[in-house]
Amino acid sequence: MTLATKSGTWGIRGPSESMFAVLVRIILIALFDVGVIWFVSNAFAKGFTQLGIVLIVIALMINAIFLLQKAYPYRWMAIGLSFLILFTIYPMLFTFYVAFTNYGDGHLLTKEQALPLILQEKYLPEEGKSFSWTAYRADDGKYALWLVDPSGATFLARQDETVIPAQPGDPGIGEPDGKGIPQSIEGYTRLNTLLAAADKTLPTVLFGAEGEQTVQIRSPSAAAELQQRYIYDEAADAVIDQSNGDIYNNVEGTFATKDGKTIRPGFRTTIGWKNFQDFLTNPALRGPMVRILLWNFIFPTVSVLSTFFLGLGIAIMFNDKDFPFKKIIRTFLLIPYTIPGLISIIIWRGMMNPEFGIINRTIENWFGIDGPPWTVEAIWAQTAILLVNLWLGYPYMMLVCSGALQSIPADLYEAATVDGASVWAKFRKITLPLLLVAVGPLLIASYVFNFNNFNLIYLFISGGPPIAGASTQAGHTDILLSYVYKLAFESGGRGVQYGLASAISIVIFIIVGAMTLFQFRFTNMWEEVSENV
Amino acid sequence: MSSQTANTRLFGSQAFQKRFSVAIRLIIALFLILFSIFPVLWIISASLDPANSLATQKIIPDNANFMNYNRLFGKDPNFAFGELFYWRWWFNSIKIASISTVLTLSLTTMAAYAFSRLRFAGRVTMLKAILLIQVFPNLLALVAIFLIIFQTGEIIPALGLNTHAGLILVYMGGAMGINIWLMKGFLDTIPRDIDESGMVDGASNWQIFSRLLLPLLRPILIVIGILSFIGTYGDFVLARILLRKVEDYTLMVGLQLFTAGQFDRKWGVFAAGALIGALPIMIIYIALQDQIAGGLTTGAVKG
Repeated sequence: MTLATKSGTWGIRGPSESMFAVLVRIILIALFDVGVIWFVSNAFAKGFTQLGIVLIVIALMINAIFLLQKAYPYRWMAIGLSFLILFTIYPMLFTFYVAFTNYGDGHLLTKEQALPLILQEKYLPEEGKSFSWTAYRADDGKYALWLVDPSGATFLARQDETVIPAQPGDPGIGEPDGKGIPQSIEGYTRLNTLLAAADKTLPTVLFGAEGEQTVQIRSPSAAAELQQRYIYDEAADAVIDQSNGDIYNNVEGTFATKDGKTIRPGFRTTIGWKNFQDFLTNPALRGPMVRILLWNFIFPTVSVLSTFFLGLGIAIMFNDKDFPFKKIIRTFLLIPYTIPGLISIIIWRGMMNPEFGIINRTIENWFGIDGPPWTVEAIWAQTAILLVNLWLGYPYMMLVCSGALQSIPADLYEAATVDGASVWAKFRKITLPLLLVAVGPLLIASYVFNFNNFNLIYLFISGGPPIAGASTQAGHTDILLSYVYKLAFESGGRGVQYGLASAISIVIFIIVGAMTLFQFRFTNMWEEVSENV
Repeated sequence: MSSQTANTRLFGSQAFQKRFSVAIRLIIALFLILFSIFPVLWIISASLDPANSLATQKIIPDNANFMNYNRLFGKDPNFAFGELFYWRWWFNSIKIASISTVLTLSLTTMAAYAFSRLRFAGRVTMLKAILLIQVFPNLLALVAIFLIIFQTGEIIPALGLNTHAGLILVYMGGAMGINIWLMKGFLDTIPRDIDESGMVDGASNWQIFSRLLLPLLRPILIVIGILSFIGTYGDFVLARILLRKVEDYTLMVGLQLFTAGQFDRKWGVFAAGALIGALPIMIIYIALQDQIAGGLTTGAVKG
C-alpha cells in the first residue's frame, strides 16, 4: 500500500502545491526561526547552554521537516515530536547532566554570574586614603557626612546618593564655621562630636550611591573609601582577599581557603561522580538509602500480589454468566477505581489517623484496646500503605482478570473434569497459566507504576516516619521518587540538592529500564508489537 | 446446555447446592461492597457534619446540614482557614485538563494518521522509539522538568514557573505515548477503500484525514480523551512543583493543602471539597465503564 506521498523528492515544493502556499510556508518557518534565535541567544546569555542547544536541535528538525518535500509525512507529527524531545527526552538527558553537578542551594548560579557578585563585595581598609568627617542627621534618620581629604578638598556624602565635591555656601549648604565646616546642610541637623561618637548606627552606614564610590566611618577621627575586597586571578582560578591576603581556590564550585573558609555564593559546576560516591561512602546517606531501596521493592511486590489475588478471587467468584445482580455488584466494586487517587488517599489518611480516625476509634470501642499506631511506627505505616493500596488497586485487577477469564475456552475445563481434576488442580494447571499469559504484561506495568507511586507515598504521610540518623529528609515509607522530591523541593531547611536528587533519578531510570526490558523479553510483547506496525 | 438443565431438574440437591453457593457469594459480595464504598459513605457523612471535626464524626451526623459546602464558598465568617480558593482551583483544573485533552487529541490523531496511512523512512523505528520512551513518564525526571521550566520562565515569563501554560506544555511532552499506538491501531482497522475513494475525487491528505477519517474515529477519541482528561485532572506532582501561588493551584494541589496543620479540624470542609472534586470523574467512569475498560486493558494503568 503506497497511498499518498508520491515518492519523496528533495525539493521544497510539493507535487500539487501553488507557489503562494510555498511562500506562506517559508515565511512562517522564517518567523519561527527568528523566535528561536531570539530565545536561544537569551538562553546562552543567561547560562542555560543546554536548553539553548536543545532548542537549536528542535529548530533544525522543524526546518528540515517543513522545507524538504521528502520529509512530508513528518509534518503530521512535527509539533508532537518537538514536545516529546523538549519535555520527555531532554529532561532525561538533563537529569544525567545535573547528577554530575553540584546544582542546588548555594550553587544556583553559573560561574559567570557568581563572580561579579563576589567581586562587588567591598571592605573598609585599615590604611590608605582617609577623610576627616563631620556628621549631620535628617529627621527621617538618614545621615550625611562632610568630608575633608588630606589635601584639603571637601566633599558631601549622603546615603544612596553620589558623593559630590562641595564648598560651604553652595546651594543647600550653610556657611562655614571657624574650621571651615558648614554649620548646616539643608534637611539635616549637624551633630556635635560627642553625639556623633556616641551614635551606634553611624559607623554601619554606607555613604554613596550603589555601585559607585562608597565611604564608611572607620574611627571617630577618620572615614575611608571602601575598596573592592576580592580580586579574581584567572590563571590560578582563585580569588584573593585584599583585606588579609587569604587565597580562596575553586573547590568544586565554591571558592574556599585551605582551612575551610568559603565565599558565598558558590556556582554550579560538574563534580564528577561525587553525588554517587556520597551515597556509597557517607553513612548518613547510605543507611537510609539502603532502607528506601529495600522498601521500594517490597512495596510494589506486595501490592501487585495482594491486589492481583484479591481481584482474581472476586473475578472467579462472579465469573458466572447468570449470577444475579452481576452488573450492579461490579459497578459498586469499581468505585474505588473511579475516585481520583489523591482524594482517596487523603480520605484514608483521615480514617487511619491514630488518634481521631474512625478505624482506631472503632477498635477502641469494640475491643477496648488502642488501635495500631498507623503513621507513627515504621512497620504500621508500611502496613497501612499496603492496605490502602489494596483498596485502590484491586478493582483494576478484577476488571482485567474477569476479561481474561472469559477468554479461556470452556472445553479445557470440561476435559479436565472428565479426567477427574480437582478444582484446585484446574485453577493451578489451567486458569493461572492462561491468565498470566493475558495479564502478565499488565502485572509488570502495574509493578512499574507502583514502583513510582509517588502520590500514595507522599500524600499518605510524606514518606514518614523519619529515619533516625539520616542527614536528609528520609522516611521509613519513602520510595526513591518521593525521596528525590524531598531532596529537591522539601529539604526542611537543609538546602535543596538538585544534583543529589538527579543522581537518584538516574537509579530510577535504570531500574525502570531493566524492568521494561524484562517485560519485553518475558512476554514477547516486543515481537507482537513489531508484527503490528 | 439442554443436558445440563435436565441434570439440574433430576437432582434437586444440586439445584439447592447451586442456590446455596450463590447465596454465600452474595454475602461475600455484600462485604466486599461495604469495603469498597465505606470510605465514600464516610466522606459523604463527614461533609454533612457541621462539627467539621475528624475526632467526633459519626456515620450518621447530628444536625446534618450543608454548612461545610457553604464554607467552601467562603460564606462562614467564623471559619478561619486562611484563604480558600476552592472554586478558582476547580476552574483551573477544568481549564488545564480541557486544554491539555484537546491538544493531546490533536497531536496524537495527526501523528497516528501519518503512521497508519503514509509510508516513509524511519516509520517503524519511530513507532518503536515512542513505545520505548513512554516507559519513562516525564514525572520521573521531575527535578529536570522543574529546572527547565524555571529556565524557560527566565526568558519567557509567560511560560515559566507558576503559569498554567508552562504546566500544559509539560503535559504535552507525554502526549505522544501509548496513545499513538491506540489511535494507530484503531485507524488500521478502518478500510483503506475510504481513503482511495477520496483520492479518486482528488482530495488531499488533509481533506481525507479531516473529512473522511476523523468522523469515524469518534469511539477511540472518546476513550483517549477521557483517559487524558482524568489523568491531567488527577495529576498532583507536576502541578505541585510548577505552580507556586495558592490561587493558581489546581484542585488536587489545593486539596492537599488541607492535610497541612490541623487536618482534623478541617475534615468536614475537606470532605465537601473532595466530593465535589471527585464527582465529575466518578460519573464519567461509571457512565462509560465498558468503553474505558476496553481502553484500559490495551494500555493505561492505574492502581
